Amino acid sequence: MLDNAPPRHARNWVWFHRFGSPEHCYRLSERWGPRAGVCAGALFMVGLYLGLVAAPPDYQMGNSYRIIFIHVPTAWMSLFAYVSMAISAAIGLIWKIKMGHCIARSCAPLGAAFTLCALITGSLWGKPTWGTYWIWDARLTSELILLFLYFGFMALDNAIENRRTAAQASAILAVVGLINIPIIHYSVEWWNTLHQGSTVLKLEGPTIDTRMLIPLLVMFFAINLYFISGLCSRIQCELLDSERSTSWVRRIAGG
Amino acid sequence: MVEFLQMGGHGFYIWTSYSIVLVVLLYTWLSPHYRRKRQLQSLLRQIRRQ
Amino acid sequence: MTPKRKRRLMITLFIVTGVSAATGLTLMSLNENINLFYSPSQIAAGESPHNATFRVGGMVVTGSVTRNARNLDVRFDLTDTVEQVSVHYSGILPDLFREGQGIVALGKMEGTVFRAEQVLAKHDETYMAPEIRDAINTANAGKPSAGEEDPY
Repeated sequence: MLDNAPPRHARNWVWFHRFGSPEHCYRLSERWGPRAGVCAGALFMVGLYLGLVAAPPDYQMGNSYRIIFIHVPTAWMSLFAYVSMAISAAIGLIWKIKMGHCIARSCAPLGAAFTLCALITGSLWGKPTWGTYWIWDARLTSELILLFLYFGFMALDNAIENRRTAAQASAILAVVGLINIPIIHYSVEWWNTLHQGSTVLKLEGPTIDTRMLIPLLVMFFAINLYFISGLCSRIQCELLDSERSTSWVRRIAGG
Repeated sequence: MVEFLQMGGHGFYIWTSYSIVLVVLLYTWLSPHYRRKRQLQSLLRQIRRQ
Repeated sequence: MTPKRKRRLMITLFIVTGVSAATGLTLMSLNENINLFYSPSQIAAGESPHNATFRVGGMVVTGSVTRNARNLDVRFDLTDTVEQVSVHYSGILPDLFREGQGIVALGKMEGTVFRAEQVLAKHDETYMAPEIRDAINTANAGKPSAGEEDPY
């Protein structure tokens, strides 16, 4: 063992700190963002064909249930994007890693878009199924609060002039808002609602025809890849802004 | 084809929701690409001026 | 981890647990208000509001739906498998309204009858192709007392 080798506990954290390097993250996003985007596009095509053409109609709802193939994946992703945002914001807050806040900032608009999609498609599904576009039940209300949390995070982050203070304040908001996530998920179990319970994530197994479950899962993977791709290009934008005076950004812009 | 578009009378709800999602997701995906293009252009101008 | 990071971690965890506890307690005390509807059992026990509009939810009792031939008046019973409540409604019912289906009605109690202003269909979490449903129904037809599944 050489005397100048880093101590064991320091070496174990090297991978973690490499993610803290803005240049490394920029290169990683540049490489993987477009690839994930292409895969997402292909999977969307497959999922849309399977969902809109190949899957049979539902025995009760007829064809209106086909909204499930965009409603459920966007709703899942609205929660997943929030958890990703809160975790990276917390890492940025605790370890003072700049990348943490950069990733959190990039998650927010994507998460807000997913939440908006879930709310609009849910409403358009509710009219032919329940008989109303909107009802203030626990599931719908908590999902609407999620949209406001995303808007609040983005507004707070942009309203504060000092970048460090903005990052800290919005990170605390993101972490505190995390409590809404289990509330959204369990709202249909804890209280009685008009919204139905979980179909896929059920203890006894999914209660859905396989020909409907496959397009649902394909759309889920497609939207996951879409999220990765969108996140990568947003991370690049954030880094070009915050690191614009560094030599590596000048190298990228100049050549 | 007409039958497919009508979706058993639910065509309005299905096609409205699919098109709104398409517009929202496409905008969210494209906007950072244009933003990056603008950023790189302005950085290049800045470098040339120096 | 450096002591400074450890301190920031502890503060963050403290905030999260504090807010979670506060939210949990608030939701627990608001429990009745967050529930969308009362069940027929709660109405029978007198827990529902008097002289005020509220929602009742339950399953439409098979064979209880009677429609008026001249207008849109409809009467049916709702059950939560324990108690029942009679509902009177005048208006257009949602497509999914049928016997054995879960519904939520908004209205007021008039004596022992619930007069509904709005009827919404509740959908359960089962998605099935029509031909599979038919196959299940045919298979069940041979057995005695094969009724609709309880959606709750």
